[in-house]
Amino acid sequence: MIRRILPHPALTLMLTLVWLMLVQDAGLGSILLGLFLGFVIPILTAPYWPDRPRLRNPVGIAGFVLIVLWDICIANVTVARLVLFRRNADLQSRFITIPLELTAPEAIAVLAGTITLTPGTVSADLSADGRALLVHCLHAPDPDAVINEIKDRYERRLKEIFP
Amino acid sequence: MALWQEIIVAAFLIIGGGFGLVGSFGLIKLADPMARLHAPTKATTLGVGGVLIGSMVYQAFADGTFSVHELLITLFLFLTAPVTAMLISKVHLHQTIRKSELPPTGTDRPWATLDKQD
Repeated sequence: MIRRILPHPALTLMLTLVWLMLVQDAGLGSILLGLFLGFVIPILTAPYWPDRPRLRNPVGIAGFVLIVLWDICIANVTVARLVLFRRNADLQSRFITIPLELTAPEAIAVLAGTITLTPGTVSADLSADGRALLVHCLHAPDPDAVINEIKDRYERRLKEIFP
Repeated sequence: MALWQEIIVAAFLIIGGGFGLVGSFGLIKLADPMARLHAPTKATTLGVGGVLIGSMVYQAFADGTFSVHELLITLFLFLTAPVTAMLISKVHLHQTIRKSELPPTGTDRPWATLDKQD
């Protein structure tokens, strides 16, 4: 019964919070409207996430977010230097293949998004069976190092978050 | 606002604007479409991030309020920027790249965008 009314409690909480942040107001009216959205949207969108994985590792998620934010700052400076101080002919940009151990579509989506957000790498495509990710690197003299870093730094942590 | 507060806000704005400038410059300078895709992904992270932090600091100093809209903008950008980049690169792959130009997938199926290519 409770699953029917509240199919995704975390999403309900998240939507309510986002609504309160949008209106920047914590009055009773805003809370009620936020809760209304938080109840209705999960019920309406439930068909779109039939087998959603359950996340039981809040510490892991927080650690992952912090590492990604840090990497974004570092990699931004690296890529800015590549753009400003390297001639195009010296840039070894190439496609690389990342074999995936993650299977949940949600986990792969997070990994692909992370790879794009950390500058210097853009995830370009997924293999048709969802078991390899095509990544374009702006400057990768050593492709294996990039693959190892992505697998060790991001995929390993995501495997602990998505069981 | 005191002078030192204005200096802090200005510093964040300059950092953000600087990365935005480098991102736009990269869009012109880099050689091929895939490499050009790297430049805007940078502008949306640290470039926009710097301006947003500057905006939050300004709100805190000027009105003494804590503004959370900037956090939401960051959240929405981080959700949408990778999707845009992936769609642009998929269109590029679809229109100009042959299967032989890409590394093998390592699985028995080809890349999804080129699955139906002869």
